Amino acid sequence: MTYQFDFGWLLPYMTVLLKGIGITLQLILVGAVLGVALGTACAWVRALGPVWLKPVVAGYVELIRNTPFLIQLFFIFFGLPSLGVQMSELTAANLAMIVNLGAYSCEIVRAGIQATPRGQFEAGASLAMTPFETFWHVVLIPALQRIWPALSSQIVIVMLGSAVVSQIAAEDLTFAANFIQSRNFRAFETYFVSTLIYLALAILLRQALSGLGWALFPKKKA
Amino acid sequence: MSLIAITEVKKRFGDNEVLKGISIDVEPGEVIAIIGKSGSGKSTLLRCINGLETIDGGSIMVAGAQLLPDEVHLKALRLKVGTIFQQFNLFPHLTAGGNVMLSQMVVKKTPKPEAEAMARKMLDRVGLAHKFDAFPEQLSGGQQQRVAIARALAMQPIALLCDEITSALDPELVAEVLAVVKELAADGMTLLMVTHEMRFARDVCSRVVFMHQGRVHEIGHPEDVFTAPKTPELRQFIGAQ
Amino acid sequence: MVEFTLWDILRNLLLATRWTIALSLVSFIGGGIVGALLLFVRIGGSRVARLFAKGYVELFQGAPLLMQLFLAFFGLGLFGIDVPAWLAAGVALVLWTAAFLAEIWRGCVESIARGQWEASSSLGMGYIQQMRWVILPQALKVAVPPTVGFSVQVVKGTALTSIIGFVELSKAGSVVTNATFQPFTVYGLVALIYFALCWPLSKSSQMLERKLNVAHRDH
Repeated sequence: MTYQFDFGWLLPYMTVLLKGIGITLQLILVGAVLGVALGTACAWVRALGPVWLKPVVAGYVELIRNTPFLIQLFFIFFGLPSLGVQMSELTAANLAMIVNLGAYSCEIVRAGIQATPRGQFEAGASLAMTPFETFWHVVLIPALQRIWPALSSQIVIVMLGSAVVSQIAAEDLTFAANFIQSRNFRAFETYFVSTLIYLALAILLRQALSGLGWALFPKKKA
Repeated sequence: MSLIAITEVKKRFGDNEVLKGISIDVEPGEVIAIIGKSGSGKSTLLRCINGLETIDGGSIMVAGAQLLPDEVHLKALRLKVGTIFQQFNLFPHLTAGGNVMLSQMVVKKTPKPEAEAMARKMLDRVGLAHKFDAFPEQLSGGQQQRVAIARALAMQPIALLCDEITSALDPELVAEVLAVVKELAADGMTLLMVTHEMRFARDVCSRVVFMHQGRVHEIGHPEDVFTAPKTPELRQFIGAQ
Repeated sequence: MVEFTLWDILRNLLLATRWTIALSLVSFIGGGIVGALLLFVRIGGSRVARLFAKGYVELFQGAPLLMQLFLAFFGLGLFGIDVPAWLAAGVALVLWTAAFLAEIWRGCVESIARGQWEASSSLGMGYIQQMRWVILPQALKVAVPPTVGFSVQVVKGTALTSIIGFVELSKAGSVVTNATFQPFTVYGLVALIYFALCWPLSKSSQMLERKLNVAHRDH
């Protein structure tokens, strides 16, 4: 093997790499917040919402969960413009992540809602709350608390999956890696380093989410 | 010579010393009840005797052979001593007959026809010959526990350890299990049982051991232990029952 | 300009779907074998071996599959081999699948009650006998639904191999799009084909899961 490992090349590309990390973080932040919000709304529909809306949401969830994220991304970025919906690479990437996480978190949140003891709904009703008020004030927070670990795992999975947005030229960490290796011809080291960065991001994200869980559900601290 | 000789046995979990030097000698054919509050160490003692827990001090001899925590010695011990658990622990993927046959075939390498004959005999002994092909989930708790007894007996042990074997049963199912145990005792099986059934201990056992805070607090003939307790702890324990 | 009928598009996509299916099967079977080895190391190996298996799982679950594909593609190339895309794709997907299956199966083995270990060891069984006769028969039953469920992730995972140039369904989608300039139709069809492959797997996983839960509740 004549190939020599060398990581000295990294320094000049530091800004490119940092910018890529920034975009990846921005994508997962927006994706997680809006995706979980969308998922929660869908979970409400599937568990307690109007009957006519249920099959629509069920179809959306099944469609997304049974197709690759890459194809969802391509459909949004390349396919939708032919319907007159134009958007930037970054917007398309954001939208794809929201739609993707929305479907997965719908199922996760729904499991949390279904695990709610019936007595909670009955207690809400007997206090003259509407079904939605009961859901919003009584059911939702404990349900989210119940499924927080599963939701956190899913968010990390979506973050790792976001590597493919580089394929529509959204300038995330993988895009940066592709750019660097096209300049220095050191593909293996470049991807090795970016893999390590992804590993670190996954660990940090996991920590941040578990910290957020503590902050959101303070009762658990005891 | 004693069948089971427990000498100065100590066991600790972290900082918590659960057994603080236990000595009991069990003679062949004896039926011994171990009573005491939860946390007194009685279940731990039983788990030490069949090697599910390793001891931190002292020694346990079964039929003259020392209990050592390596696979060869443990296997030899477990061929001599059977264990019945509170939660039955039947294998859910096997029928009652399969439960009784499995270890004979796998451990003792008994040929299948003989293992099956033995299984039928043992299930008959606990009154469940007709349940040979039933799966555990189709049996009541009392029936499951009787299959567990048959499973242990099929290995032809010289002694049985019973760890609160009626505690997980509905009250109306306790009697059928105790009746089986009583018959075993009458047949001369050596039994060491942790139990909460005081009347049973009194009627069937040859000796009663009262454990308190990791020690043998009192030991004696059931008549003496139950009618003339020597220590306030035992008096309080009996009074609370 | 040549006109492409819907049938032309669909036929080309379906031809490429064969490779998606082939790669999925290879990844799933290969990953299952490597995953089973990992599982035994993880639960029955020496301390060092267990640590290795744990590290392996965390590494492959914590890094993007796309990066793993790049590393396989360019990493194998370091040995001076001219790596065909299918080889890199197969190797990466097998290793990735193995990590997930090993972890799923470990959960199944650990879900078997401790009493089963205790009862079988009280009957004189050794570790291998316990595994063979008592633990695995029960764990396998529990493992079927999540394993089938994970096969969906494998099928979807194969889409990423298009990025290193393996011509399967997704890559065919891009090629056909470039020829027809009908991205909406083409990617819509690609999505539907993936859906047709994955949805039956998802559904059967759910049904098996439900059946298992009902069986458990009847105790």
